[in-house]
Amino acid sequence: MRTLIANIKRKKLVQLISEGKRSDGRDLMEYRPIVIERGIIEKAEGSARVKLGETEVAVGVKIEVERPFEDTPDQGILTVNAELVPLASPTFEPGPPDENAIELARVVDRGIRSAEAIDLKELCIIPGEKVFTVFVDIYVLNHDGNLIDASAMCALAALLDTKMFGYEVKGGEVVIKEDERHPLPIKNHPVSITFAKLGDELVVDPSLEEEQLMDVRLTMTVEDSGKICAIQKGGSGFLTLEEIDKALSVVVDKAEEIRKLVVG
Amino acid sequence: MFLEKRPEKLIDKKGLRTDGRKPDELRPIKFEVGVLGNADGSARVQQGKTIILAAVYGPREVHPRHLALPDRAVLRCRYHMAPFSVSRRKSPAPSRREMELSKVIREALEPAIFLERYPRTSIDLFIEVLQADGGTRCASISVASLALADAGIPMRDLVAACAAGKVDGKLVVDLNDVEDKYGEADVPIAMMVGLNAVTLLQMDGMLDPKEFRTALNMAVEGCRQIYEMQKEALKEKYALIREELEK
Amino acid sequence: MTLYFERRDLVVPGDLLAEGDYTAGENTYKVDDKIYATHVGLMEVKNNTVYVIALHSFYVPKVGDLVIGKVVDISLGGWVVDINAPYLAMLKASDVFGKSFKPFKDDLSKVFDVGDLILAKVIAYDRTRNPLLTVKEPGLGKITRGRIVSITPAKVPRVIGKKGSMINLLKQGTKCQITVGMNGLVLVIGKRPENEVLCVRAIKKIERESHVSGLTDRIAEMLRKEAEK
Repeated sequence: MRTLIANIKRKKLVQLISEGKRSDGRDLMEYRPIVIERGIIEKAEGSARVKLGETEVAVGVKIEVERPFEDTPDQGILTVNAELVPLASPTFEPGPPDENAIELARVVDRGIRSAEAIDLKELCIIPGEKVFTVFVDIYVLNHDGNLIDASAMCALAALLDTKMFGYEVKGGEVVIKEDERHPLPIKNHPVSITFAKLGDELVVDPSLEEEQLMDVRLTMTVEDSGKICAIQKGGSGFLTLEEIDKALSVVVDKAEEIRKLVVG
Repeated sequence: MFLEKRPEKLIDKKGLRTDGRKPDELRPIKFEVGVLGNADGSARVQQGKTIILAAVYGPREVHPRHLALPDRAVLRCRYHMAPFSVSRRKSPAPSRREMELSKVIREALEPAIFLERYPRTSIDLFIEVLQADGGTRCASISVASLALADAGIPMRDLVAACAAGKVDGKLVVDLNDVEDKYGEADVPIAMMVGLNAVTLLQMDGMLDPKEFRTALNMAVEGCRQIYEMQKEALKEKYALIREELEK
Repeated sequence: MTLYFERRDLVVPGDLLAEGDYTAGENTYKVDDKIYATHVGLMEVKNNTVYVIALHSFYVPKVGDLVIGKVVDISLGGWVVDINAPYLAMLKASDVFGKSFKPFKDDLSKVFDVGDLILAKVIAYDRTRNPLLTVKEPGLGKITRGRIVSITPAKVPRVIGKKGSMINLLKQGTKCQITVGMNGLVLVIGKRPENEVLCVRAIKKIERESHVSGLTDRIAEMLRKEAEK
């Protein structure tokens, strides 16, 4: 849903940004303060909370035994879902995930999947019969802009926090050993960096106010070795090839900076 | 029902692809404009084995009314795959993938339309994938852009879309279904070619920044070729009548 | 100053038409000093204005336009009329009943019922409110006979022709009464059904072929051949 912003405010913000400044005092390429907490939900196999400025996201990871997909009989399953919980913003409404929630989940999913962050082969129990499914549920608690980066950080932190149950197979049945825990096999650490185009400038980590004014949003996700593993443009504006190039030239370093905070 | 298997090689010894194309070669593409009787604008594309229909209704009154915007038209877009369009029957209920694609396709087309000229109305765009063989989001954007122009909706430019990607370690353009499924990366883009403006940019898989730049340039070149075909297709209907009468 | 197309060349949205000190006319837009097309159509230049004659368009109401519409709803204060435009039009009850209109007594459906076709004139429209119609002038009101042909509103000027030349040709050649709604709906009333059929065919031919020069001759020829039959 679109929220109207007074024209005078728009003018001022774009003016400020063209001078290289932002209304909250940040540099164009500066993130808001990031606070990451792991293990916030005892009942989840893994969990985390991320505060990115005033934006707040929680992620819970649950693991269950399911049948594998036919085309990947020897791999576990990753499922990412996002809920824009009504308490997080006056614009969020109860009901099934809308296109914004679905896009959010799919962009986070794409980063984790493309980077092969989870070793899904390790999650196979009986090929073609039983595998572990990793459910990553993103819960947006307060929306003050840049939900994608906050959610991606939080998902990665929660996956790093995740402890799987031990198991044994007895007569074709999977028996979970509650007292035996080991970490989820994590091989890679994808980090997303989101830009907003305001006027002719790109800024990272847009606040809600900036998102309401931006023409375009551009998210690039970078994995450990500096390869790009997901991209998503959003919003009803356009980017020039030069702008894409500009984003590309800063994104790897920026991702490394954020990765240090998340992985620790 | 049949399941496809991964071909042993996606690029053969001669450097050709599973359908015999060179790395920088598009599939054969045929656009047709004005193919549906009831729609205000329509178009059809066949790109390799991918077949897609697009229809536009509007600008018209918005239902339900609260969705209307006071200062511009809303573009509503529904990307949908027919149950028989893929090897295994797809449930006709919209999937999460279809919902995301509907959104990014809409956002790829919005910059091209003078939406501010028709406040409080909607322009409804329906895209039906009749046969999917890879590259459906890009083909959808290209064909939808023609349906919009056919409906007489004022546009800044046509939007052409094309993907580039990496298969068997090689960068290629306009991926087909197996290349998309078993390749290492896919970068679909859309462009208002005449204005040099990128309106869709996505990627999955992995590319280092240098490879990404090359892939992006290949996709841009693909868009340029498709853009020319789009222009020809829009003119064809009228050019044929002209030819017939001037004989 | 450069023109990138010849006059009457077929152009499509996004085509760069001209660069330099030109004015952007109908169906074009200007960025810096470049003029681009927004529609499929024929490029034209007149007095330094570059414009495009669209070959297909939807109807955008203008004050003073004669239109043919269909009553789709009746509200307390008037009729809601579909005039083939992005917005539904309103015909106020007071337009018919005058100041003596009593909302709870006068039965609007006895005048125009849902489904009725009416000939009306646009008296107000500014994009912020829905277009307003009147039927108060002579000749306006309910359509009771004839048939309706639908064409793309872009071709309406061609059906009328320069100073009404085309429509006069049609009237003479088909012996039909023709009323052209600016919204692309044309009312054809003939003495005999075959006259109406011929008239509809001629109008459809104009719609199809108007972008190719020699239209008047082709229509005259068609009507003459029919007369000889």
